[in-house]
Amino acid sequence: MPSLIDLMLEGRKVRHHKPWPRAVVDAAVWEVAASILAQGRWRLLALWGEPSTVHMAIMDGDTAEIAVVSLDCPDRSYPSVGKHHPPAIRLERTIRDLFGLSAEGLPDPRPWLDHDRWGMRAPLGDRIDASSKAAPYRFLPVDGDGLHQIAVGPVHAGIIEPGHFRFTASGETVVRLEQRLGYTHKGVEGLMQGVSLERAVKLAGRVSGDSTVAYAYAFSRAAEAALELAVPDRAIWLRALLAELERLANHLGDIGAICNDASFALMHAHCSVLRESVLRASNAAFGHRLMRDIIVPGGVSHDIDDAGAELIQAALDNIRLRFPALVELYDNTTSLQDRTVDTGVLKPAMARQYNAGGYIGRASGRAFDTRRTLAYPPYDSLRFNVPTMSEGDVNARVWIRVREVEQSLSLIDQILDGLPSGATRTPAENLPEAREGMAITEGFRGDVLVWLRVRDGLVERCHLRDPSWFQWPLLEAVIENNIVADFPLCNKSFNCSYSGHDL
Amino acid sequence: MRKLLFQSLFRRTFTETAPSSDDAAVTELAAAVGDAARRRLGRSLSIREVDAGSCNGCELEIHALNNAYYDVERFGLRFVASPRHADVLMVTGPVTKNMREALQRTYDATPNPKWVVAIGDCARDGGCFAGSYAVVGGVSEVIPVDLHIPGCPPAPTAMLQGLLALLERVDKDAVAP
Repeated sequence: MPSLIDLMLEGRKVRHHKPWPRAVVDAAVWEVAASILAQGRWRLLALWGEPSTVHMAIMDGDTAEIAVVSLDCPDRSYPSVGKHHPPAIRLERTIRDLFGLSAEGLPDPRPWLDHDRWGMRAPLGDRIDASSKAAPYRFLPVDGDGLHQIAVGPVHAGIIEPGHFRFTASGETVVRLEQRLGYTHKGVEGLMQGVSLERAVKLAGRVSGDSTVAYAYAFSRAAEAALELAVPDRAIWLRALLAELERLANHLGDIGAICNDASFALMHAHCSVLRESVLRASNAAFGHRLMRDIIVPGGVSHDIDDAGAELIQAALDNIRLRFPALVELYDNTTSLQDRTVDTGVLKPAMARQYNAGGYIGRASGRAFDTRRTLAYPPYDSLRFNVPTMSEGDVNARVWIRVREVEQSLSLIDQILDGLPSGATRTPAENLPEAREGMAITEGFRGDVLVWLRVRDGLVERCHLRDPSWFQWPLLEAVIENNIVADFPLCNKSFNCSYSGHDL
Repeated sequence: MRKLLFQSLFRRTFTETAPSSDDAAVTELAAAVGDAARRRLGRSLSIREVDAGSCNGCELEIHALNNAYYDVERFGLRFVASPRHADVLMVTGPVTKNMREALQRTYDATPNPKWVVAIGDCARDGGCFAGSYAVVGGVSEVIPVDLHIPGCPPAPTAMLQGLLALLERVDKDAVAP
């Protein structure tokens, strides 16, 4: 069985790809990589296109080594990875929609993000003119006695993002859920081509509003890797502070919202108050409630003062005072437990196959947290646990969030205590030759991956992969044999991003 | 649970006093609201939120409007689940080409009289997504907009100001002959 290093040796290594290696391989090696992914020893991190190339980022499950393999496709096609490894299917459908490169043997040839509305095909490839008349989307056929379908969306009943869910139910029980996404596709990767790092990081921070810090963080680290830019210590620590505040706010919001979907509004009311306290402290300390546009390539754009740090500390103290009673309430309310325990179970094997990150993976037995697995600074010098459970139900996903709230509180304490002094930003230099970089950061939802190539201070190509790519398909699986009424609960416990996925 | 509920009897409420409505927003509304509105609606509005392609940032802050600090329902503003129940469509995001028809159909499904409030910088003109092959542009490219509340995303207070202006306008127009 070859290692990732062996795989790299089979190809032509690309210069200036940091921090992990990238090699251009031939179709045979590409297929070997796909089959090892299917065997489960390697994990698929990302699969993306360029006008005549496909790239695949892979991680070795045992050693956490990472590498990128690339395949040139002069004939506009490449061997399908999805044929061997289903998590790649939606990614390959997307590559076809955006670049016009087709995966040979792809089991599901339907378009994914392309809804026939753009007036063109392959907008990031050959830009072929196409009529904007939408063809009906063929949902998977379902046969059986007494089955009925429920179509939901794209406009949903709540204040949430748009997407379409097609349920096939037998009485109350869901037999199949099929998702159709892509409604919020804004063409972010197209907008990034040829723009400055300054504009690109703003776009990155608007890929998914709830993860604006995580995206700006991943983008900036990828740019810094490409340009070999050293970030001042204080900025490195401030970034972790921003990331933990974002995680804290989102988890508090989610814990309440999940309970609300089980009609337990009291938890929601109390958790919303705690979430608001985090946003207000963030606003006071960093000048923006969601901390948008603070992380930039080279450092951070906004430093905090003592008053800001004290406000954050005060918010933390308040959460420490109030949160335990809410956790106890959650744990002791049997009517609520009745809804969350054993609902929407994600089997550990499936979580592993899809390399599911975040609370979804960690509630199904995976200890995958890039803050620990990749230990990027400052997390290499901070103490924290990566909580895991193996039940994989809604309840487990709530508990992982609860435990992560506690970990984030402790991390923020450590960061505020150990915050180094000094500069907060290193100016980026423009290098005339092409430089490539990749970074993965842990957002509240899971691992956010950004790959980019810069030349002369401009972004030539950038790919941003939301953790939801590998989580949405699992939601389809877990809802099977649950009742329709439990879907909101399962959905909220996953809380996948539409905008981050649709891009 | 009993302890938590008991405590809330004695704890000070979180809810804050309402911000004064924004003059600019009121002017923007001048043409929008007729006196028929007051007669039909009373001092309350049902709001249907539509995400026409946003990054979800605006949605987070719209959610915050419902928390105990802003408590938007005390003003008679209520988020409803269907456009059929709505007086106001609150639309976020640059309108993506993939959402254009859904937005139009939601608007058509909303009974008259109705108002459209566009939330956030993207909803005005597409914001930082303007010019993309996948984006139509601002909300007014697709449906008529009565009020725009800027910000990326607008803070809950800014949204509250705009919505209160909308209510005041409805009120004033009703009193005028």
